[in-house]
Amino acid sequence: MNLLQAVRLAFGAIMSNKLRSFLTMLGVIIGVFAVVALVSIGQGATSQVTAEIQGMGSNLIVLAIRGRGGLDSLTLDEAVALAKRPGVSAVAPVVDGYATVKFATESNYTSIVGTTSAYSFVRNHFVDQGRFLADVDVQNRLKVAVLGAEVAENLFGGLDPVGHEIRINGSAFTVIGVLEEKGFSLGGPSDDFVIIPASTAERLLRRQGIRTVYLQAESAATVDLVVSGLESLMQLYFRDENAFSVFNQAEILDILDEVTGVLTLMLGGIAGISLLVGGIGIMNIMLVSVTERTREIGINKALGAKKRDILLQFLIESVVISGVGGFIGMVLGYGTVRLFSGLFGLTIAFSPQVVLTAFTFSVFVGIFFGLYPANKAAKLNPIDALRSE
Amino acid sequence: MIRLEEITKTYQLDGVEVNALRGVTLNISEGEFVAIVGPSGSGKSTLMNIIGCLDTPTSGKYWLKDHEVSKLSDNKLADIRNRLIGFVFQSFNLLPRLTALENVERPLIYRGVPKKERRMLAEKALERVGLQDRMFHRPNQLSGGQQQRVAIARALVGDPALILADEPTGNLDSVSGREVMYLLKELHAQGRTVLLITHDTDIARQAERRVKIFDGRLQEEGEVVL
Ligand SMILES: Nc1ncnc2c1ncn2[C@@H]1O[C@H](COP(=O)(O)OP(=O)(O)O)[C@@H](O)[C@H]1O
Ligand SMILES: [Mg+2]
Repeated sequence: MNLLQAVRLAFGAIMSNKLRSFLTMLGVIIGVFAVVALVSIGQGATSQVTAEIQGMGSNLIVLAIRGRGGLDSLTLDEAVALAKRPGVSAVAPVVDGYATVKFATESNYTSIVGTTSAYSFVRNHFVDQGRFLADVDVQNRLKVAVLGAEVAENLFGGLDPVGHEIRINGSAFTVIGVLEEKGFSLGGPSDDFVIIPASTAERLLRRQGIRTVYLQAESAATVDLVVSGLESLMQLYFRDENAFSVFNQAEILDILDEVTGVLTLMLGGIAGISLLVGGIGIMNIMLVSVTERTREIGINKALGAKKRDILLQFLIESVVISGVGGFIGMVLGYGTVRLFSGLFGLTIAFSPQVVLTAFTFSVFVGIFFGLYPANKAAKLNPIDALRSE
Repeated sequence: MIRLEEITKTYQLDGVEVNALRGVTLNISEGEFVAIVGPSGSGKSTLMNIIGCLDTPTSGKYWLKDHEVSKLSDNKLADIRNRLIGFVFQSFNLLPRLTALENVERPLIYRGVPKKERRMLAEKALERVGLQDRMFHRPNQLSGGQQQRVAIARALVGDPALILADEPTGNLDSVSGREVMYLLKELHAQGRTVLLITHDTDIARQAERRVKIFDGRLQEEGEVVL
């Protein structure tokens, strides 16, 4: 008996008990559906966050200063001077805080970032309208502001903000530019903030000194060099390794990978267990089926069925059940994921690998859990099987 | 064709031994039509199952054609059942889910005959037993006599040399019984060896040769038991 024939016989047996076959299949459908949906959602979240971090620029290094005793920051000049260090291409010091920003009757309490002209390049965040800060703005402590896209929208609606005057904590600032929209961002505001010159910010926020410095390494190859140089310099300066921390995008990505890896594994694990339960369901039904069809097996053996024929027939039955269930679960999972991403604007990574893995796994579940019942059927003694009622 | 030597079969039932066959020796030549007659419980079915390679004797030797059956593997036995033997059972033993045609096709499936040829042979076999207009009926849509004719079609479709019929008329009315006997005689007339098992002496009389079985022992007709 060839394989095609065995598949035909298996289909015949499955179709002769449609409801039972479907209920058995349901376990696998739910399992594969869960794998596809959960892993897609998990991977979607991961890829979104990863994209955000990569959007920071691959050579970005962040120096964060907590300080020690009275020495709790760098001066603006010291921070700017870091740009002369080997391997560093640009430096953007940041003085930050919160302030009330007003235009006409609209008012927004929002994040203020005092920085230099290099910020735009270092953070990979450019203006959409107008211009960014220039060195003269910082040198002359000018009262100019670049608005994040969300702030611009909140204060000005559809109006072009460039050239208009706004008030930050009561002081008048001229809007010189609006930043492009970035969307969700990790570890800081992305659209809901206002950029002003660092020198101006120290005054406005009554906060002297720089506690955050963004550095751009010349290339990915110099990142480690810059980080270690920066660490030893800060160690010299603060004499306390807890007073500062230096991290780069690669490190953040590593940590993130670890976290999301565990998350995806957990989701996949939960889904995998449900698939396993589906497999046990198949085994259960196949065992019942072997018992019920003992006489049929006996008749087939009398007509010349070999052990292999019976084994194949039952095995293919369970593989077809799990395979068809896996396919339905796959389609259902894909549909649901698409529906949800459409409805809720969720980012979904629908990777063919996961789908293929889930499907393959479901087929293997069929083989694994079908093997025992099929073997039991194949081993039946023809005369004992024929005598059974 | 068939040579049995001192065949015994002992069943163990809850520690009690049941001697179903107590040293059966029998020769059947190619083309014979033999009836084995005996009362219920005398060991007829046990004997037929051993001859049909469905069961193995406790002791003794059995040659079928040129094979010594006890030396054959399970696969080889399945092959012999498939190619050499056609079974007709008292209780028909049709597969209830399948149509008459599909039931008749079954032995050919296990032989690996391609679908078209299989179908053609199965249709021809059903025509021979007069069921050409019942091909797509399931067993429960057929009368007992028709079911047994389907079973005969299934037995002859593979063109086996040996037909084993275990009380083929046992569950049938006399008219259907006569039809079945007619078909068996026809199969014999075509040169096949037919072994008919029955407890009915009227049925047995229609065979060429009769062998009596009583309590697991054989006795040829005309022989005197001491
Ligand atoms: N599987 C079995 N287990 C135990 N005893 C059996 C079994 N099959 C048959 N027997 C016994 O063997 C004897 C012969 O049975 P069987 O060959 O079926 O008789 P017949 O077909 O002539 O009516 C009977 O006594 C029966 O009870
Ligand atoms: Mg009997």
